[in-house]
Amino acid sequence: MTQVKSLADLRKIKDDLQGKMGLREKSNSPESLVQIRVAMATCGIASGAKQVMEFFMEELDKRNIQAVVTQTGCMGYCFAEPTVEITLPGQAPVVYGYVDTAKADSIIEKYIKNGELVEGIIPVNYETIQK
Amino acid sequence: MRDMAMHIMDIAQNSIYANATAITIEVIENKDDDSYVVIVDDNGGGMSREMVSKVTDPYVTTRTTRKTGLGIPLLKLNAERTGGNFHIHSEEGKGTNVKAEFVFTHPDRLPAGDIAGIIVLLIAANPGIEFKYQHVTNKGKYALCTAEINETLEGVSISEPSVVRFLKEMIKENQQQILIS
Repeated sequence: MTQVKSLADLRKIKDDLQGKMGLREKSNSPESLVQIRVAMATCGIASGAKQVMEFFMEELDKRNIQAVVTQTGCMGYCFAEPTVEITLPGQAPVVYGYVDTAKADSIIEKYIKNGELVEGIIPVNYETIQK
Repeated sequence: MRDMAMHIMDIAQNSIYANATAITIEVIENKDDDSYVVIVDDNGGGMSREMVSKVTDPYVTTRTTRKTGLGIPLLKLNAERTGGNFHIHSEEGKGTNVKAEFVFTHPDRLPAGDIAGIIVLLIAANPGIEFKYQHVTNKGKYALCTAEINETLEGVSISEPSVVRFLKEMIKENQQQILIS
C-alpha cells in the first residue's frame, strides 16, 4: 500500500517552488495581479460557487496566469449567483453573474486574457463591499 | 445546502465576516452514539446575547446587502429534522461556537460532500487566518493545522496552486483512512 501523504511530502513541493520563486518574484505585488473574488455566502454556495472557485484556481494555474483568487460575502445579487468580481490590474472591478464553469472559461479566455467584456455583467451602479 | 461541506463553508464564512483570525472546524462521526457532529469555532467579534437569540431567525442578518440570513437557520433545520439539535454559543469580543448534531443513520442526514475541497478553499482564500481541521470517527482521528503547514512552507505561500492541490490530496487520503459507514 502506498504511504498516505503527510507534511513531510509538502517539503518537496516547497523546495520545488522556492527554486522557481526567483523568476516570479518581481511580478508578485498584488496590484499587478488579476484579482478574482468569488461570492461565497449562503446564496453563492447553494448555487455552486465552490465549483466555480475551484475552476478558477485550477485553470488560472494551468493557463499560467498569475492571479489572486479569494472569496467574499454576499453582494446582494442572490438571484444571479454564483457571482464573481474580477479586477484587472489598474481597472475598475467588474461583476459577472450566473457564472458556471463554462462562463468562467470564457471570462478567463476573453476578459482576463484580452480585456474583452463577456456577457453577463451585473450592475452599473456597483460598489465594492468593504468586508 | 446539499451536504455537510456546504454548511461548513457557509458557517466558516460567518467567522471570516466576524474578523476571526483563528477558525477551528471539527467533524465528529460516532456510530455508537448514532451521531454526526459538525462544529465551527472562531475567535471573531462574537455576538451580543440578544443577537444570539435572534440569529436562527431567517429574517435576521447583520449585512446590509440583503435582508435575509439563511445560513444558520438552514443548518439548524437540517440538523433538527434528523432528530438532532443545534447549539450556538457566542460572546462579544471573544468569538462564536456553532455546533450542529445530526443523527447519523437518519435518512435525511446530509452526505459529507467534499469537505477536503472546502477546507483547502478556505485555507487558500484566507492565508491570514489560522485554520484547524479535525475529523474524528470510530476508526480514528485526523488533524490538520495551518500554523504547522506554514512552518513547513518556510515563507512559501499557502495559496500556491501546487500547495493547495497537495493539501487537498493529503486531506482526502487521510480522511479515507478513518472513513466509516
